[in-house]
Formats: sequence, structure tokens, C-alpha cells
Amino acid sequence: MEQPLILSMENISKEYFGNRVLNQVSLQVRPGEIHALMGENGAGKSTLMNILFGMPVIHSTGGFDGTIKIAGEEVKISNPNEAMHLGIGMVHQEFMLIPDFTVTENIKVGRETGQPTLLSESLGKSLEIMDWESMSADARRALDLIGMNIDDYARIAGMPIGYKQFVEIAREIDKKGIRLLVFDEPTAVLTESEAANLLDIMRRIANRGIAIIFITHRLDEVMQVSDQVTILRDGELVAIKEIKDTSVVEIAELMIGRKVDKLVDQCEDTRTLSDDAIALELKDYEVDMPGEAVRGIDIKIREGEIIGFGGLAGQGKIGIGNGIMGLYESRGEVKVFGQTLDLEKLGEALRHDIAFVSEDRRGAGLLLGESIERNVIFSALQIHNRFTSRIGFIRVLNRSESKAHTQEMIELLDIRCTGSQQKTGSLSGGNQQKVCLARALTMNPRILIVAEPTRGIDIGAKKLVLEHLLRLNREQNITIVIISSELVELRSLCDRIAIITEGKINTILKPDDSDADFGLAMSGLKKEMVTK
Amino acid sequence: MSKTKHFIDQIGLPRLIIGLFFIILIIASVPLGLPMDAVFSDILRRWLMYSILVLAMVPGIQCGISLNFGVSLGIVCGLLGATTAVELSSQNEGVGPWAALGIALVIGVVLAAVLGVLYGLLLNRVKGSEMTVSTYVGFSIIALSNIIWLTLPFKSGELIWPLQGIGLRNVINLEGSFGGLLSDPTVTSTQPFPLNYLAFDIGGLTIPIGLILVFALCSFFVWIFFQSKAGVAMSAAGENELFTKAAGISVDRMRILGTAVSTILGAVGIIIYAQTFGFLQLYNAPLMMSFQAVASILIGGASTMRAKISHVAIGALLFQGIMSTALPVVNKLMPNSMLPEVVRIIVSNGIILYALSKTRGGHQHEK
Repeated sequence: MEQPLILSMENISKEYFGNRVLNQVSLQVRPGEIHALMGENGAGKSTLMNILFGMPVIHSTGGFDGTIKIAGEEVKISNPNEAMHLGIGMVHQEFMLIPDFTVTENIKVGRETGQPTLLSESLGKSLEIMDWESMSADARRALDLIGMNIDDYARIAGMPIGYKQFVEIAREIDKKGIRLLVFDEPTAVLTESEAANLLDIMRRIANRGIAIIFITHRLDEVMQVSDQVTILRDGELVAIKEIKDTSVVEIAELMIGRKVDKLVDQCEDTRTLSDDAIALELKDYEVDMPGEAVRGIDIKIREGEIIGFGGLAGQGKIGIGNGIMGLYESRGEVKVFGQTLDLEKLGEALRHDIAFVSEDRRGAGLLLGESIERNVIFSALQIHNRFTSRIGFIRVLNRSESKAHTQEMIELLDIRCTGSQQKTGSLSGGNQQKVCLARALTMNPRILIVAEPTRGIDIGAKKLVLEHLLRLNREQNITIVIISSELVELRSLCDRIAIITEGKINTILKPDDSDADFGLAMSGLKKEMVTK
Repeated sequence: MSKTKHFIDQIGLPRLIIGLFFIILIIASVPLGLPMDAVFSDILRRWLMYSILVLAMVPGIQCGISLNFGVSLGIVCGLLGATTAVELSSQNEGVGPWAALGIALVIGVVLAAVLGVLYGLLLNRVKGSEMTVSTYVGFSIIALSNIIWLTLPFKSGELIWPLQGIGLRNVINLEGSFGGLLSDPTVTSTQPFPLNYLAFDIGGLTIPIGLILVFALCSFFVWIFFQSKAGVAMSAAGENELFTKAAGISVDRMRILGTAVSTILGAVGIIIYAQTFGFLQLYNAPLMMSFQAVASILIGGASTMRAKISHVAIGALLFQGIMSTALPVVNKLMPNSMLPEVVRIIVSNGIILYALSKTRGGHQHEK
């Protein structure tokens, strides 16, 4: 009773500028099934979907290898329009709706039905009169199908997020001949009850014979609703499983996977960590960072410790560092060596010997139009009045002192440049990161917060940066907070790793805890909730 | 081929074209029989007398408010200082020309500092459209100043309309107060040593040492300011707000500081301009002055984001050089007509338009 596949992507490979992001990946979807597609950030889920939709980003970077078959027929999809004609639709994570349009208008936009008039006969179809009745009937049908009882003439603006999501779904299923729908993290922005409702609707759509590709990182939802799951890791196909034959723990394990050994060579550890010497304490800490909101964190970080904050993108780990440095509004209590920070005051953390290396290197991290020297000395000059000499009543930059210091840093961190006057905008990613680190070190911090220290830099530079962080910790007893999306990195360096989900600490793990533990924590599940 | 391209990239196409135009004008004035010493004296004088107004653009651009079209605010402050100084010197025997110049500067600077801070507060509320708003501020302050000129209770006969007894004149002669102290040999020669060396003639060429000194002093002040802690922070605020915030610096405060310094330089600039010119021009005369300053710094090679003092010197020379040579040349070619005046307006506004349309010239590397 082998059913024909609605979608079969075979041996798909894709390179971006020599960097292989997908390697011989296959994806097979049967009609009327919900097929979960899982993997960490960067596992290749989005690239695979971009290929399916023929997105311009794929074709402008050299296309891809492999074949795509829709209902058994090989197809070439060179733009999203063609994908639509083949009956493939997408429900986006961020809603593509026009706020000032009504539900009907949003559902039918671009595919309006028109009635010919004299003008349109002579001047072209775009001057046809809209057939509102048939359009709202269509919209109604689509809304009923997913069990939505909102009015089709209501405006989108001001609707709850859950409703917007449903309108978006209605638009997709209203398309003629829709056979396959892709849901990209549909529950990420929904409340619990809305999410349950959505899963219900997905089931209902699937029962009508429309296949669904369900991209998510929530394991429990996958278990609840899917028929099959395909797991990707680092651009490789790891496993295809029938849901009824697998378990949450197994999927979590497969997602994280046993990766290469530790990234850095260990050096001698003479530290003694004590619960009495607390370097940084967060109490009920919240940060309003758009897209990375922190919603209440309590943690005590011991002096001399390396602590990692991990978790998927958008869950809030990035917000922690930015909040402490005062870049975004925050609430709660932050204590640095027992002293409470005034969160209203800009630069308060800097004055309490906390230095920060931003994840946004080309934004908050560097003055791209200025020299390495200016970048390295900037914070220390502003906060500690270093590198200045007095001329009368004004403090003026002491060029020789600052130059000597920059030269020292260039040698210490091995920054490859033409000299201390080179503009940072013309440096490579790895060297830019070293300049950021040099500025932080110039502050002589007691606590160093580093966000995404190795993002976008090559392997050699990666190792160097990480080893330097480890040395700083071991030799100078600097307490280090690493915020990173790369678990390997955290597991190589940290004493403890706090996994952040939905703005809160999910679990605090040891680096040698099992892969399944990490996988479960990152998908937002607590260990004790899972029955083995 | 690539070498010439590199050369053009280095200098910037707008600067190259305008520079060539300037040189052509100078060469053309020789066969036309213009007195070259007078031409060069004029270029030198106009270059220096405008340059402080152009210098006022630098702190504005660096602190992130971009081109300060509202420098007219500083100009009005300077004019208020200057008119007060003239009033005082004509009413009191004890106030000599140097004291008058000092009074004008002090009043102008203090007023400009206060209004500059308020203006900075305003610009912080309209982030993203500073250029538009500053243009309107510039125009409005001129309108407001027109009312002030009409109602100031000054008594000096040099200032007020002769027949009405109230309201200031359009043009006020500075001969009796501080006119020409720094630049006019006929004035400086009456001064005691060493002040008599502030301007002198060599052959037919006038060297305004006093003006050169004042411009150098102001440039040095701006330069040292940008070497200071506040100056470094201000440059960073203009380049990258997030970075500056991450270093614990209030971007808004830095923008206010930059705006205030720019306004103060505007006030100093107009006083130095007036003393060189020999007249104070009130009412709508300063209306378009900010545009000339903006055009000058752009031709000099600045972008709307970054400016240096060298851009000021080069830009002021090119702009004022063309203005002071184009007129006599056109005059010779088409005597006894309205045309020279028309050409003057076309040339001056043409340069402004050209400079504004090429704001990125010479800075292609910046993104």
C-alpha cells in the first residue's frame, strides 16, 4: 500500500561561497501527513525550504545540486511564483499581512477575482472591478475550513497574534490546488492555548489531504501532532523516523549529536570556586530587547567561574549581556561583587569593572570608520580617563601612550593588520573580533561578558579567541560569561551552562551532561517532565 | 588608466571639477587684463573671512546632526553681539575698537552657547530628519531676528534708521568700531606696534595676518577639542550610536554639545566676517549664508557623516575663490548689463546644488 510521495527532495546539496550548508539531504513527504523538520539553528532547515521555494538567494549564489519531485514528477522551481503554481504554500513566522486591509483583502491580495468592465476590456485586466461577493465567499470558505469564526470584513490591525496566524493559514489554503504547506516555527509567537488550537487546525488540514512540513524546535508538539520526523544536523541528514517508533529523548539526542571533541586544549586549573564569593548576581532580571527578551532570570555567578548561556536564537540569551550593559531597558536586580547596579544609569556596568564584547560586531562592537587604536582605547579613555594628558584645563588624548598600548594589544592577540592606524572596517571578521576583545581587556575588567565570540570567524581564529578567553580566566582570574549559540563552544570552556528558553533559565547543565539533556533543555522541556 | 582613476578617487570628482573651473577662471583673468594682485588679495580675504563659518559645520557633522543648516542661529547671535558692541562703543568714549570686538565676541558666544543647547535639544527630538528641521530652524530664526532688529532700543546714529528713530538699518558701517582691525591695512596702520602688523601690503597684495591668526586659532581649538575625551566621544556618537551607548556615553548629550559648539562657531564666524567686510548686514542678508557654508565643506571633501579641518580650508578656498574671480571675469566679458549679477547668483547656487548632489564624492569607500 505504498502511497505516492507528494514531495520528494533527493540528494540536495548547497554551498554558499565554498561553505557547504547542505550535504546530500533528502526529504520525503507523503500526502496528508504532518512531517516535522527539526534541527538546531544553522542545521540547514531554512536553506532547504529556500530551495523548495526557489528563493532568489539560492539562485544568485550558484543554485544547488539534487532533484525535486512533486507528486512523482521532476520539477525545476526557479522562483516563489512557480512554487505557488505547483501548490506549495508557506505560513511565515513573521506575518506577511497588511494591517489596514480586511481579512478578505489579505486572504485574496494578489489573487483577486474581478469582473470585466468597459475600461478593463480596452485598457487591460488591472482595471477590472473587484467581485467582492465571490471574494468574501472564498475567504469565508477558507476560514470555516480551519474553524475560525472571525468576520471576513474585520481589519487585521489590532487583532491578537493568534488570529493573524490563522488568517495567514487561510490565505494559503485558499490558493487553488494547494498540496503542500510549510509551517515555519508557527507556535513560537503563540500562547499555549493558541498553540494547541493551531495544532488542531494543522491536523484538520492534513486530514483533507494537504501535506504539511512542520518546522519547529518544540519537541512536545512534534510528538503530539506529527507522523514522521526528519532531523538535520550541520547540513547533514541524521535520521528519518516514524513518530510512533521514537521518543522525545531519542530525537533530542539526534539533534545535538556527538560532535567533535573539545575545541580548546585544557590548561592548568588552579581556581577554587566558592559559593561565598559571588561576582555577578541576577535577581528576577528582565530585559526589553526586541526579539531577545529576557523574562525573569535568577542566577549567581561565582568569582573566577566561566559560565555559559546557551539556547536557540530568539529565546533571550543575547538580551542578558545587552541588558547588563544598559543597551536596552531592564528591570530587576543586578549585583556586582555585592554592589547593586543602578540600571537607569548609562555606563554603570562599565564603572563596576564589567566589560562587554558585543555579538553585533559591526554595530555596537566597532567604530568601523575609525582606526584600531581609537577602537581599542575608546572605553578606557571614556570611563577611566586613561591615555590622556592635561593641557591647561582640558584632558587631551595622549597619542604616544595610546599607540604603545595598541601595539601591545596587537601583538598580544595577534591582530593581523597593517598597523594601529588601519581602519577596523577593512579587517577580517576574526581580527575585528580581536579588536573588540582588546577594547574589553583595556578596561582591566573583573567580569568579562562575551556574546557570540566566534560568530562569522574561521576555525583558526575561533580556537585562538577561545583559548585566549580560557587563559584570561585561568591566569588573571577574570570571571567570564559566554553567551553563544554554539553548544560545542560552551561545552569546551564553561564550568556551567545555563540553557535559556523563552527568556528564562530552563536548566543549568554541566558540560559533560548527555546530549539528550542538552537537546531537551533547548527544546524547552524540563528533564523531570519527560518520562523515559 | 587605473592610475588616473585612483587619482580621481583620491581627490574626488566634485573637488577636481570645481578645482579645474577655479584654475580656468584665474587663467582667464590674465588675458582679460584684470589686476592680478587685486584678484589674489580678494581671493585671500574672502577665503579667510568665510572659513570660520565653514568651520562651524565640522562639529555638527561629527556629532551626528549632519549638515547644520541652522547655523543661521549662531549668525544671529553673533549679529546681536556685534550690534550691541557698536551701540556701546558709539555711546561710550571708553569703548575702543578692540574692546568693541571683544564685547561682540563675548555676547555672541554666550548667546550662541545658550541657544545652541536649546537647538540641540530640539534636534534630539527629530532624529533622522535633522537636515530638514535645521533648514527650517535657520529660516525661522532669520524671520524672528527681523522683528528683533526692528524693536531693539538702540540709540546710536550708526545703527538706527535716520528718519524714524527706531529700528536698525539694513547695513551698518563698522568703520567707527571694529571694522578692518584684523584685515585692512588702512585701519591697522593707525594701530600701535605690534598691532600694525596684523595686515599689510606687499606690492599690491594684501596679507591679512590677523585673519590668518584668528582662523588658525579657531582651527586649533576645534582640533584640540576633537582630541579631548569629549571630542572623541562626540565623533563616536556621530558615527555609531549603539557603540557609543555601549561605552556608557549619552549620545543625546554629545549631540547637544556638538550642536552648541557649531552654533558658537557660527557666532564667531559672522563677527569675523563682518569685521573683514567692514559692514554688518542685518535682516534677510544671512538667510542663505548657511547654504554657502554647507556647499563649501562638501566641496572640500566632507561627507554628511565625516568632516575634517582640511575639508574646511580646501572647501572655503574653492567656493570663495570661484565667487571672487567669476564676478570680475564676467564683468569684463559682458560689461554694462545686469548679467554679472545674474551670473553671480547662478554660479553660487549652482555650486551649492552641485555640492549637495555629490555629497558622497571622494568618500566612496565609506558605506
